[in-house]
Amino acid sequence: MSLSDVSFNPFDHSLLVAGAQFTMVFGVIALVVGLTLLKKWGWLWREWLTTLDPKRIGVMYIVVAAIMMLRGLGDAAMMRAQQALSAGGSTGFLDSDHFQQVFTAHGTIMIFFAAMGLIFGLFNLLIPLMIGARDVAFPFMNSVSFWLFAAGAVLINVALLVGGEFGATGWLAYPPLSGLEYSPGPGVDYWIWSLQVAGVGSLLSGINFLVTILKMRAPGMTLMKMPLFVWSSLGSLVLIIFAFPILTATLGMLALDRTMGMHFFTSDFGGNPMMYINLIWAWGHPEVYILILPAFGVFSEVVATFSRKRLFGYTSMVWAIGAITFLSFLVWLHHFFTMGAGANVNAFFGIMTAVIAVRTGVKVFNWLFTMYRGRIRLTTPMLWFLGFVLTFTIGGVAGVLMSVPAIDFQVHNSLFLVAHFHTMIIGGVVFGAFAGYTYWFPKFTGFKLNETLGKWAFWCWLIGFLAAFIPLYILGLMGATRRLDHYDASLGWQGLFVVAGVGLALIMAGVGFQILQLVVSWLQRGTNRDLSGDPWDGRTLEWSTSSPPPFYNFATTPQVTDRDAFWAVKESASSGSWVGKAKRETIRLPKNSPFGCIIGGLSIILGFAAIWHLWWLGALALLSIITVLTIRLSEDETEYTVPAKTVQAIETAFAQKKGQQA
Amino acid sequence: MTELAATVKTTLGFWTYLMTDVILFATLFVTYAVLHTNTFGGPGPDELFSMPFVLVETLLLLTSSFICGLAILAMQRQAKQAVLAALAVTFVLGAAFLGMELYEFNKLVDEGNSWQRSGFLSAFFTLVGTHGAHITAGLIWIGVMAAQIGRRGLTPHTSRRLVLFSLFWHFLDVVWIFIFSLVYLLGAA
Repeated sequence: MSLSDVSFNPFDHSLLVAGAQFTMVFGVIALVVGLTLLKKWGWLWREWLTTLDPKRIGVMYIVVAAIMMLRGLGDAAMMRAQQALSAGGSTGFLDSDHFQQVFTAHGTIMIFFAAMGLIFGLFNLLIPLMIGARDVAFPFMNSVSFWLFAAGAVLINVALLVGGEFGATGWLAYPPLSGLEYSPGPGVDYWIWSLQVAGVGSLLSGINFLVTILKMRAPGMTLMKMPLFVWSSLGSLVLIIFAFPILTATLGMLALDRTMGMHFFTSDFGGNPMMYINLIWAWGHPEVYILILPAFGVFSEVVATFSRKRLFGYTSMVWAIGAITFLSFLVWLHHFFTMGAGANVNAFFGIMTAVIAVRTGVKVFNWLFTMYRGRIRLTTPMLWFLGFVLTFTIGGVAGVLMSVPAIDFQVHNSLFLVAHFHTMIIGGVVFGAFAGYTYWFPKFTGFKLNETLGKWAFWCWLIGFLAAFIPLYILGLMGATRRLDHYDASLGWQGLFVVAGVGLALIMAGVGFQILQLVVSWLQRGTNRDLSGDPWDGRTLEWSTSSPPPFYNFATTPQVTDRDAFWAVKESASSGSWVGKAKRETIRLPKNSPFGCIIGGLSIILGFAAIWHLWWLGALALLSIITVLTIRLSEDETEYTVPAKTVQAIETAFAQKKGQQA
Repeated sequence: MTELAATVKTTLGFWTYLMTDVILFATLFVTYAVLHTNTFGGPGPDELFSMPFVLVETLLLLTSSFICGLAILAMQRQAKQAVLAALAVTFVLGAAFLGMELYEFNKLVDEGNSWQRSGFLSAFFTLVGTHGAHITAGLIWIGVMAAQIGRRGLTPHTSRRLVLFSLFWHFLDVVWIFIFSLVYLLGAA
């Protein structure tokens, strides 16, 4: 299919697709008109699009991830509605092909653009502040990473506008289905190139934050004095560095099969489709831990702060992270026990899978022991943590069950599996992200989120989540396979599918409360304001700065003596510590740069050209990227100096505000 | 950011990048290992490769790395002209290697053994071609860097980039040694 065959007439598509297209186009138009009317373009460009400040980049990651999450939620709603309606004589409102596109879009967008965006947002916001640094190791590369991520997100949504189809292959696009023979349309190409562009961004981020953690910690912060979030991020980053090149190579080979007529994964000419499935899971399983480890880190910080206790079993937590990081490369085959690798191979991977679960068990007990005899405050972040313990235990037990190959043969590709991994990813990653969102929100905005609405959101989410996924466990055991767009009424499944649909409606109510919470908290920001910089009586370095932190993070580089570095300062209350140091120094920070944003834009063109085989355009985009990078690398002065006087003025203002509140 | 801190960070960062490239090549090597017997009735490695040709290619690349090492020694003496001369020779040898590789590819395609012929040939072209793409990137890098050194001299900035480039160039040598051994030597045996 070439670009000239594409119909741009919206009335050629189904009403649903046309509706989505109109929503997207009008959303963008409304944004452009709004920014123009409010004369905010200059502000957007100077303060956000060209920024190299990781705090700003982190916020942009989370904004993109939130938008993608809403889109993925829309896909989920369509699937739930279809499955609740489509029994017996009724075929629901989606035809099979459209249903397949919807579940592919849901999985792809939620993992690559919602969950990954949240995780990278957290890295950007928290890692420099937690280790007492002013910046990341490579500020410009960080901006490039974000813009590649954003470019991928744009590209995957363009699929709906130009070409009008998404891949219908499932979120990992197994060949030979994803090969040219069975998926001739542009959907799979959009999938490949948006992931390829975003994946390079992820890899660059992985390198960047690894170096940041290893080389930029404040004096005194030895590895074993790092906050646990930083440790869990380090595990996640190591996994990114090891796993993402496999994804890049694998997607590259699939792309070569599709565009150059190669035979890596075709079913004829000596190709081997199982090779793809091994490779994609050699990336895919670590990816699960890339997402969950930072969430574990968030919970470790939240539990310690709201129990007013040091984290229990810090050393065992660190070793558990290390063990998970290593073992996560030894379990990939459990995603396809039914491939026929033989009993011994399956037994090895089954045992490894059971072993890796033990590490996670260690962590859950450590958090519970941290709460034991602590002075617990049941704030919203804490509720998210408790909800996580419940859901993660359910999902974990289901996972250990499936680690037994004999059982896996029974529930393979069933809704039991779907329920299992949603329990892990929603109950783990998403709840973790929400706990972190509520916990660190005041740090980056200067005001707290409304607690009452937060609790409403939590209960809607938790109950909705259980209602949506417990029925799927039962349906899976009854034999319902995943990716089912229609079933026979005599099976008696409809009731449970309706319950699951109601569960999703409750989750959407939870999302509604979260949006309301954001609006209400902003309106009440006068009364919710956090002047102290330390609204929760926190333990780690980020709470020692003002809320929001000054652009240079720390006026004086922290001197770390203890694991909970800021708590130690508060306990000793010594006036001679770095916190109250009066002498100000000049600070060097990177200047803004437009080139990250430009490279993102060029990458969209490059990906688009590869999808539609517009080789001249692709060559032009690639050449432009090389030119832009050369210009950037030839710049002489990429940093500027913040005078000590400016620092003094900002710090004095903060001290006065703090005094007012006290 | 002091120069020392910058050097420490960029060096570690670049080493980490090289390790990710190791994984990328490892993925392609593994795929080649799995697919190299899948000739689908077409020619196998023993019928296609000419060892003397590949040996010349290998010597060109290894010599270019040696000369690149001389560039680093010249850099330590702050001998700008010697650095530029060594880089020029490195470039020429690298370009000659790339030319030979393209000639080999072209010949294979002309004889009807393109990447579309079999799984084995897809894996071969991709593995060797990915190495070639890295060499191409390296050649562009030499060009840009030589221009910068020519204009500004051997500043801490340009010297740091020269060291990173030499890491990259030696790394490509190591990858080529593996390609030479596993693809060509084992294939011809």
